[in-house]
Amino acid sequence: MNITLFIPCFVDTCFPEVGRHMVRILERLGHRVTCPEAVACCGQPAFNSGYWDEARQVAGKTLHHLRDAEAVVIASGSCGAMLKVFYPQLYEGRPEADAARALSERTWEFSDFLVNRLGVTDLGARFPAKVTFHDGCHGLRELGIKSAPRKLLEKVRDLELVEMTDAETCCGFGGTFAAKFPMISTAMGEVKCASAADTGAEYMVSNDSSCLMHLQGLLSRQSKPLKTIHLAQILDPQ
Amino acid sequence: MSIAAQQFLEAAGSITRNLRHRGLIQTALRKYEAARDRKKSAFNDWSAARQSAAETKWDAINHLDTYLAEFASKLEARGTKVHWCPTEPEARDTIRGIIRDSQARCIVKSKAMTAEEIHLNEALEKDGFEVVESDLGEFIVQLRQEPPYHIVFPAMHLTRDEISDLFERELGSDPTREPEELTMIARRALRRKYLQADVGITGANFAIAETGMVSITENEGNARLTSALPRVMVTLLGIEKVLPKLEDLALFLPLLATAGAGQTVTGYNTLYGGPRQPGESDGPVEWHVVLLDNRRTELLADPEQRDALHCIRCGACLNVCPIFRNVGGHTYGTTYSGPVGSVITPHLRGLQDWKHLSNASSLCGACTEACPVKIDLHHHLLQNRRNAVGDAPSWIERVAWRAHAFVVNTPALYQFAQEVGRIVEPLRRRLQGTPLDPAQSWTRTRDLPPVAGESFKEWWRNRR
Repeated sequence: MNITLFIPCFVDTCFPEVGRHMVRILERLGHRVTCPEAVACCGQPAFNSGYWDEARQVAGKTLHHLRDAEAVVIASGSCGAMLKVFYPQLYEGRPEADAARALSERTWEFSDFLVNRLGVTDLGARFPAKVTFHDGCHGLRELGIKSAPRKLLEKVRDLELVEMTDAETCCGFGGTFAAKFPMISTAMGEVKCASAADTGAEYMVSNDSSCLMHLQGLLSRQSKPLKTIHLAQILDPQ
Repeated sequence: MSIAAQQFLEAAGSITRNLRHRGLIQTALRKYEAARDRKKSAFNDWSAARQSAAETKWDAINHLDTYLAEFASKLEARGTKVHWCPTEPEARDTIRGIIRDSQARCIVKSKAMTAEEIHLNEALEKDGFEVVESDLGEFIVQLRQEPPYHIVFPAMHLTRDEISDLFERELGSDPTREPEELTMIARRALRRKYLQADVGITGANFAIAETGMVSITENEGNARLTSALPRVMVTLLGIEKVLPKLEDLALFLPLLATAGAGQTVTGYNTLYGGPRQPGESDGPVEWHVVLLDNRRTELLADPEQRDALHCIRCGACLNVCPIFRNVGGHTYGTTYSGPVGSVITPHLRGLQDWKHLSNASSLCGACTEACPVKIDLHHHLLQNRRNAVGDAPSWIERVAWRAHAFVVNTPALYQFAQEVGRIVEPLRRRLQGTPLDPAQSWTRTRDLPPVAGESFKEWWRNRR
């Protein structure tokens, strides 16, 4: 299959290893991966801030460059929700509405794509550690992804998956919310980290680097032993 | 920034650092969640129940004119006086008039968020009346002279010790840590008031159009005493409380109890059909039903967010909201707090003054998932943000988002921005924690990841 991998701007800039692992995993499964140079951002920051015209300036370009893709795999549940759920709303009643709906149908979040499109759960990975999984809200509630990342983790050798009390509670990132209301965002992150630490896990895993950026930022600042890691880093047998 | 927004930021800043508050609320609401999940599993199909409830409320709200007229005419047929109040002052003045006409001195009141909405107690107290809240939680916050913390659990932010101290100070009781004893102290104080009261004021959970009845649900029996003992009964309710048929309660009563409090069904469920009828020996001689609009019809005129009028005020969205769980009910500065409050307050009290509540959300969607009548709460917050920008954009933000669009849409500029990020990283690290740090709203509590030495796109290019 020809897969167009969309590595969102902040993953490209701060977490390039996540994208590299995804390329390796998809290629090892025998697929042809392309990463369009011209696509950088999905437009969600402006959209969530209420600036829909400005969001369309970004989304329009993404829509154009991804128009011929057979399948778009995106390295974030949140950006995935933007393409799958919010593009059709952003372009409702506009000439691009059909293109937005068509892109929505062809777009997949990474773990969802592996499990529910490719039917793969065992990637041959080994990761000897106790981990707990954080459900990013957009992946969980906008895209309905709950079991896919867990099915993938269950097949990883020597990995022990433990659920935390607040697995489905928001970590407090929320995009510009984290900067506009840092005190609330921080309190939410602290609740989340405490819940993850209570499981005794060494790692908090997620399929969304944005949540992990916020959580790791808090853990590092507070010198906590708990670490965060993206799902793709665990799944790639290297 | 509006005054309300400044107050919100200040209050949120201080309460989020209060670890005692955080622990208290998280513990209480985790217990609620466990109880709610147990009761939800008693439904054959919880999601079908929600769907059915949403459809019933959709019908009720979309035919509100017909159902309200039916409700009022059925009530009037049994001798109830119905008052239509378009605004907050009209509702207040109507109730003040009823109370003056009945030559009342003492008033008992059961729980009614609509009364908070129209600031009824303050108005009546200013007129020289004594108003006593009879719901235990409301009684406690009234003694503390503060508004309810939560629409269903008004005193959930207080510990037993704090309540004991309050009762000792205000009622002269002996200190105790036993909930039963604390309840008995309040009960002794309240029983006297029921007997003295000339007027009883209640809220309503549902207004049944088919039969012209008001349904009130409660756990303490205080609403029954409030309505049954005084000579005059006043019921204040928002016009959105309508349900078309009596049989709708078969779903809505357990749905409300489960979603709101993790109960199978609330302790006392009473249907009121009219004042004392000829030949009856008890009940109020007069019953006044006050229907409040207070800009609800403006919300009704908004096809995108009309479903916010489905709200049955169960509080489920507050209970699961991670923002509410960290900032608490008082921080909002509104009658209705939590997600539903953030959605409707801009409609009820002005978008520009209250838009900050729609921004103060991570849009996690836990509220929408919990809502028993399927209000699309977190998407309405997004729409409020869009509408607020549409009415009055911030030009600084608009320029910033245009600049962002220009940079991410121009690969050379985007790469250049990453390069700049790498170059200034050492300087940024030195500035971290100082007011000169441009990312201080992030870095005050969190480390910021550095720009990677090689971006993904660079790796991809080099690899080929």
